[in-house]
Amino acid sequence: MADRVIYAMYDDEEILKDGAKVLVAKGIKVEEVFAPFPIHGIDPIIGVEETRLGIFAFIYGLIGLALATYGMWYFMITDWPMNIGGKPNESYLENMMAFIPITFEFTVLCAAHGMAITYLIANRTMPGMKATNPDPRTTDDKFVMELRTSQNTQFTAEEIETMVKGTGIIELEQKDI
Amino acid sequence: MHKEAAIREPLILGHKTYHDITEDVCRPIEDKAPRMWYILFGIALIIGLYGIGCILYLLGTGVGVWGLNKTIGWAWDITNFVWWVGIGHAGTLISAVLLLFRQKWRMAINRSAEAMTIFAVFMAGMFPLIHMGRLWLGYWVLPLPNHFGSLWVNFNSPLLWDVFAISTYLSVGLVFWYIGLLPDFATIRDRAKKPVAKRMYSILAFGWSGRAKHWNRFEMISLVLAGLATPLVFSVHSIVSFDFATSVIPGWHTTIFPPYFVAGAVFSGFAMVQTLMLVMRKAMKLEAYIHTRHVEYMNIVIMVTGSIVGTAYITELFISWYSGVEYEAYAFLNRATGPYWWAYASMMTCNVVSPQLMWFRPLRRSLTFTFIIAIVVNIGMWFERYVIIVSSIHRDYLPSSWSMHYPSHIDIGVYVGTIGLFFVFFLLFARYFPVLALNELKTILKSSGESFKNGDYPVHPTPKPYIDSSAPKVKIEEVKEEEKVLEDNSDNPIDLKASAELVNALGEGSEATKDDVKVISGVGPKFEETLNKIGIWSYIQVSKMTKKEYDLLDSITGKFPGRAERDDWAGQAKELMNSKNQ
Repeated sequence: MADRVIYAMYDDEEILKDGAKVLVAKGIKVEEVFAPFPIHGIDPIIGVEETRLGIFAFIYGLIGLALATYGMWYFMITDWPMNIGGKPNESYLENMMAFIPITFEFTVLCAAHGMAITYLIANRTMPGMKATNPDPRTTDDKFVMELRTSQNTQFTAEEIETMVKGTGIIELEQKDI
Repeated sequence: MHKEAAIREPLILGHKTYHDITEDVCRPIEDKAPRMWYILFGIALIIGLYGIGCILYLLGTGVGVWGLNKTIGWAWDITNFVWWVGIGHAGTLISAVLLLFRQKWRMAINRSAEAMTIFAVFMAGMFPLIHMGRLWLGYWVLPLPNHFGSLWVNFNSPLLWDVFAISTYLSVGLVFWYIGLLPDFATIRDRAKKPVAKRMYSILAFGWSGRAKHWNRFEMISLVLAGLATPLVFSVHSIVSFDFATSVIPGWHTTIFPPYFVAGAVFSGFAMVQTLMLVMRKAMKLEAYIHTRHVEYMNIVIMVTGSIVGTAYITELFISWYSGVEYEAYAFLNRATGPYWWAYASMMTCNVVSPQLMWFRPLRRSLTFTFIIAIVVNIGMWFERYVIIVSSIHRDYLPSSWSMHYPSHIDIGVYVGTIGLFFVFFLLFARYFPVLALNELKTILKSSGESFKNGDYPVHPTPKPYIDSSAPKVKIEEVKEEEKVLEDNSDNPIDLKASAELVNALGEGSEATKDDVKVISGVGPKFEETLNKIGIWSYIQVSKMTKKEYDLLDSITGKFPGRAERDDWAGQAKELMNSKNQ
């Protein structure tokens, strides 16, 4: 079945939010919202779940912590113990004070970079990727709501169109894909 | 949406729409660069190239070309290193710490402050590298297996901690900055007309499309990176201070160093931000976004951190006497009264006295004064590092080793060269990158924009009815003959259907029952005409207006939305009716 995509454009984020509320209340699934900045409060309306990036960052941090600890235990205690100014060199625990700064730095390094890489992959934003926003103005001052007929099979395209038109849109575009 | 107290000064002056913000920030990138930019860039480039020449000469000849000697093994280069790292502290502090504290004024300055941070850390990192003498063996500082040499690097050494701290700081700062830049590059990409620019910015924007889920992740990553970067900022300069504090040189061996260095770093960093922002806002016409209020906030930070630094100086002096260690006491006495007294005096004047002037509100709100103080602080903070480093080691334990440090022209050339290179980078940034965080400013426009705060423009506008341009305009055909005449006579056509609805709600009126509605505050002669045209003539009609009617009226006139409701026309009309009846 041909899928029709409806792009409804708004010129204010509050109007879009109200519109989305009305449409969702009528049982329409809003596929996507394109906006020039984060619209606060849109996520629960259109059913975008809270991201798990924070959990990932924590895991990457733990990996960094483990690697740093293992590395310094191996370099300084096991592989080649050095006597530096009489500091204890036979026990990781006793020498640990001196290792804290690098352990911390390495934890932060792994958490931050791991998170950033995950973020870019999850968003599919990578050098050379094509932009997918339906209208170039959505990165300036316009807000676009994307609806698909395939996800709203209980309504016809015309019904959706009428409902969308009543929500304060400024432009409407439809595409069959 | 977040509400902000009405008494807070707006952060964005005048009336700006989302589109205006885009325009204001993108214009300098899209227009041709002004002549001044080329002149400044040329000067910076020449100075930078001279610095690179000095570095190449140093690498070819050896570190002996610096003014170091056997007593003073660290002087000019490490001073510059610490100075640049210190400057590199403001950017992350602004974007990370102020994000955690939800300080919205950061949004106008964080982008360029972070750029400044990254370039400053570049410059800083260069000094330890060239100080190694054999730059090509610089990778020896990394923990590499034994066959490269005989040992692992020393993880007990603050110098190695520094390697990790600076490289982590630089790379995390870069990532934080770039993630914020992606959506703004996308804005420039979508506006770009020239094919080369479009292509470049599409690559830089990584295909950012602004989906709701992406923004959700964006906010999360900004928050988590801010949370990670905050302790990182404090750790970096603490670790830099360990380079000195963990040694047994009198004057360096002090536990106060970490907090004192961090405060000093923020102090000098903000001074550099002020220096750059005050010029940038003028040159790039960003006065509406970076104005007196922002400068004042930064001056308060300068004042607070400057006071911490001043307290630390005095504490140091006191402790050197109180400790009873004569070497320690001598080091500080020698600093203040020895051959480097002039450096000590300039440090004390620039760093202790000048920030105290910021207690005076007119002074901290004066842009010229701020600019002068910012330069003074930058100079003072350079002297602080010079005093700490050189004056502590130039009097060795053996009087036969006592010495003075005289910088060679290569010393000076390398330092001046880094300033040139720094400005080369910064000018390129200002020319090709969005200098304000577009997407972040748009989120605070409605809560902190002047025109929205004082109610001239509605935060939550009423949607206008959708007019389908492709379909025939059915509405016009329904208009009755006599109403058409009315519409033709008027200079601004009014929505007749809505007018009829409004008059229905308020009751009929005619010229016979005409009151002087101009008396109502907010109604002028022109607006009275419009009201009459709609069919509103008397106080009694106006007094019946409620929220619904106000909105209807706004949708008809399109002028001053929300005005009628704010001025409480209905209430005013009721009072006028009462006074008329009496």
